[in-house]
Amino acid sequence: MLLIHCPYCGDRPEIEFSYGGQAHLARPASPATLSDEEWAAYLYLRKNPRGLHAERWRHLRGCGRFFNALRDTTNDRFAGTYKVGEAPP
Amino acid sequence: MNAHRTASGGRVDRGQKLRFTFDGAPFEGLAGDTLASALLANGVHLVARSFKYHRPRGILTAGAEEPNALVTVRRDAARVTPNLRATQVELYEGLAAESQNRWPSLAFDLGRANDFLSPLFPAGFYYKTFMWPRAAWAALYEPLIRRAAGLGRTPTEPDPDGYAQCYAHCDVLVVGAGPAGIAASVAAAECGARVVLCDEQAEAGGSLLDGTAATIDGETADAWRAWCLSELAGNPRVRLLPRTTAFGYFPHNNIGLVERITDHLAQVAPGAVRERLWQLRAREVVLATGAIEQPLVFPGNDRPGIMLASAAHTYLHRYGVRAGTRAAIVTATDNAYRTALDLRAAGVEISAIVDQRPGSPMADAARQAGIEVLCGATVAGTRGKLRVSGVELEGRTLACDLVLMSGGWAPSVHLFSQSRGRLAWSDAARAFVPSASAERERSAGACRGVYGLAEALADGAAAGVAAATACGHAGKAPHMAVTGDEHAAHAAPAGASPRANPGKKAFVDFQNDVTARDLLLAAQEGFRSIEHVKRYTTVGMATDQGKTSNLNALGIVAGRTGKQIPEVGHTTFRMPYTPVSFGSLAGLARGDLFDPLRTTPMHEAAVARGAVFEDVGQWRRARYFPQGSEDMDAAVARECRAVRSACGVFDASTLGKIAVIGPDAAEFLNRLYVNDFSGLAPGRARYGILLREDGFIYDDGVIARLAPGRFHVTTTTGGAARVLAMMEDYRQTEWNDLEVWLTSVTEQWAVIAVQGPLAREVIERVAAGIDLAPVALPHMAVAEGSVAGVPALVFRVSFTGELGYEINVPARHGRAAWDAVCEAGGSLGITPYGTETMHVLRAEKGYIIVGQDTDGTATPDDAGLSWAIGRKKPDFVGKRSIERATMKDPARKQLIGLRTQDPAVVLEEGAQLVDAPGLKPPMKPIGHVSSSYRSAALGYSIALAMVAGGRARIGQTLYVPMPAGDIAVTVTSPVFHDPEGARLHG
Repeated sequence: MLLIHCPYCGDRPEIEFSYGGQAHLARPASPATLSDEEWAAYLYLRKNPRGLHAERWRHLRGCGRFFNALRDTTNDRFAGTYKVGEAPP
Repeated sequence: MNAHRTASGGRVDRGQKLRFTFDGAPFEGLAGDTLASALLANGVHLVARSFKYHRPRGILTAGAEEPNALVTVRRDAARVTPNLRATQVELYEGLAAESQNRWPSLAFDLGRANDFLSPLFPAGFYYKTFMWPRAAWAALYEPLIRRAAGLGRTPTEPDPDGYAQCYAHCDVLVVGAGPAGIAASVAAAECGARVVLCDEQAEAGGSLLDGTAATIDGETADAWRAWCLSELAGNPRVRLLPRTTAFGYFPHNNIGLVERITDHLAQVAPGAVRERLWQLRAREVVLATGAIEQPLVFPGNDRPGIMLASAAHTYLHRYGVRAGTRAAIVTATDNAYRTALDLRAAGVEISAIVDQRPGSPMADAARQAGIEVLCGATVAGTRGKLRVSGVELEGRTLACDLVLMSGGWAPSVHLFSQSRGRLAWSDAARAFVPSASAERERSAGACRGVYGLAEALADGAAAGVAAATACGHAGKAPHMAVTGDEHAAHAAPAGASPRANPGKKAFVDFQNDVTARDLLLAAQEGFRSIEHVKRYTTVGMATDQGKTSNLNALGIVAGRTGKQIPEVGHTTFRMPYTPVSFGSLAGLARGDLFDPLRTTPMHEAAVARGAVFEDVGQWRRARYFPQGSEDMDAAVARECRAVRSACGVFDASTLGKIAVIGPDAAEFLNRLYVNDFSGLAPGRARYGILLREDGFIYDDGVIARLAPGRFHVTTTTGGAARVLAMMEDYRQTEWNDLEVWLTSVTEQWAVIAVQGPLAREVIERVAAGIDLAPVALPHMAVAEGSVAGVPALVFRVSFTGELGYEINVPARHGRAAWDAVCEAGGSLGITPYGTETMHVLRAEKGYIIVGQDTDGTATPDDAGLSWAIGRKKPDFVGKRSIERATMKDPARKQLIGLRTQDPAVVLEEGAQLVDAPGLKPPMKPIGHVSSSYRSAALGYSIALAMVAGGRARIGQTLYVPMPAGDIAVTVTSPVFHDPEGARLHG
């Protein structure tokens, strides 16, 4: 079980969290102006890196807050977690 | 006294005799024995039949690595534990053990026929033998294989024992309480670290328990061990966990431990906790898991009476048991010489030492002691039936009743490997040893190929200090001076190649009955990757995870393919290290506690009414309320008639409810739902549809505006949690410009739906402070007041098509309000109805159930709900997607109604639809039935279906192909009942 550092609550076990997919995807301000291809890219195209991945987690069974994390997908080590709106460490 | 027990010595309590049975026969052992040592003390070697060939097997080892001696221990009918290693079962008074995998008896097992038919069962035989005739698979092969598969039998009654689980933290976890582990614990504790030391055995000490003559710091090894343990036990920062196996190394230093609490006790109090599962999070881990001696691969190396030299050494020194009377030793290491000399001193005759190596510095010492040593010899076979009687060499046979094998030592890297640490081949240790760590972990002692007592103590102490230092403590590794260490483990060529002897089996994996020939065959058939060889031959795949077979298998495959072992690589060590009971993994999560059960505040009222319940997610809901001898159909028909003709009452408390509050609440819902809420006046409600961003329906429900900045959002029963999660996601991460708060209030409100033409009269009798007149409270309106004397929100909404209200009262008043409503409506014929009737009534009106009529690929237009979409809104979640051309394709599946041409026929939900009769598979269906019921109100069966281009097909005849023939159906509007909605607005 991973040990995840919630930027609001501290270290907590993985079962308190839910995974939220790739981070730093902003919903387009006016989707109507996007082509079908651009919209499909926003909807479906995601990174799948071998190594550090910026992703969203939510401390669902804790403070309930979303935050971002940098996790190495090869060994599940977290390089750090940070609040929404902050730059990756 | 047992015939094979020494006169003195060992750690057993000679004053405390214990009676036990094996396969019903009575025996006597001593306190401190394991089942294995007690059986050996009684001269019993035949304890099991092998998995595949049913060959007689004995006790190979003295520890957790035992592949052969698997037994069932039976306390009573419910407490039956199969597949326990006899080498780890602590003896207690009255213990009853049974052998496995034999019929009719251990000594005469008909399954042995497999051994003589073994040419039929080469490696991968199940891929080759059972392929034809095809029909024989289901009729013959599979039943036979199923009967033969598996070891042991599960108990037939529920487990009455208790199992506990706990979480714990520490600075340093030390796994294994041998010399290295004890040294690491003492060193880390002296630095001030919080230490947990666990060991799978009852007594800590590891190899120190095996009667070493060495001294540590001038004391006997045992005195030193006792001193260290008392120091550790007296340190409040140290926790000692005996009988505790570290079975799994999970990410971020999360270690799974299972502590056996009562299995060694003769009497177990009812309800006592049998095992405790620890989920330990350690800042640093020290693995001191030791090493396991490996067998040698020679023909007939599996007969009872053939065991590891180290095991015989342990049985002699720790349990005072002579494992035989005349021993032959087959070795590739120097260790076995020491065992031979010790056994001889204890009165065991030594037939000869067969050393596979050209020579050994120990050979002369042995010869001087009068033991014959044959260097460079190889074993051609063994003799004996249920017990070994001789070792065949070229030109002669050594008579014996005990054969000891010593093939070198394999470090126990299982936990390290589980932690994803990288192994590297060590030429010095002739084994794979830990290299780069993946976790905050370090290995110490024999488990990383550091043999010898002094070396292991120094390595352990250094690891303990390093671990403590990494946690922020400081200290210096204590020096432990060792003299007289004579039994250091030795490396040996791994996988010493067997002599080619096609007639006889040389076993590599004893538990899965994999022979050297199987591995050679796999190599010959072209398997190169060791992982493929493992899967093809099943070597190392048994419950022992190849503890005594992996290294030999590697050696054989390397030899056959002309590679070096490091090139061949190694397979992955899987958890658990030794099997873990389901009980400890389940803990309290069984029976009623397996999954939380949610009931509504009115649940007991439904129980009292004799309701039949169904589980909807975690909710238990009343499905129907049978009267007298009514079956479900009759009860549902009666309940439906009551709602359509008078009045029904329904517990709708399970509906998800979310309070959306804040100055920007309306804007928030506007961005999220397809509907336009800006024009919704306080006191009014709207049917809301929530899409995912991909344009497909995610959830639906009634949304009421209670005040300008207060909305009461309802969701489907099953969708409550995910809708709230989706709302929070957008609120926190996309629209944090909005001031809005979301609160789940599902459990705060009890909801009583009162539906039917007489509903208003019922409500009038219980409500106060609410104007129920149609102008004041029209369809889709909400009013605050009181019902049955408690504060209430009364919604005028309908999921039945009748005049309807949903009374929301605080949950604690739910039962009282329900009873008041039922009493008030009693004279009006009010009838409680359940979810089944609710489903029929809504289907008659063509109201969808998200997840039943939609399946994650339906747009609002597909479901006939485009009217709900706020056309003027520039954007909402999913809008961009439903505007793609393909999402507006008129050929998409659309919701329609179906009537069977025979009104008595009720379609099966999920049935496929085709557009012509008499089609033979494979045919392309054009849609499927999503809901189907017998309608009492209409007098015929109705169905909802999703059909390609469905709305353009109204009036057409379609067909439902079923095994008994096609069922003809007519496509209709999905609204069967009161299409004008006159009753709704009454």
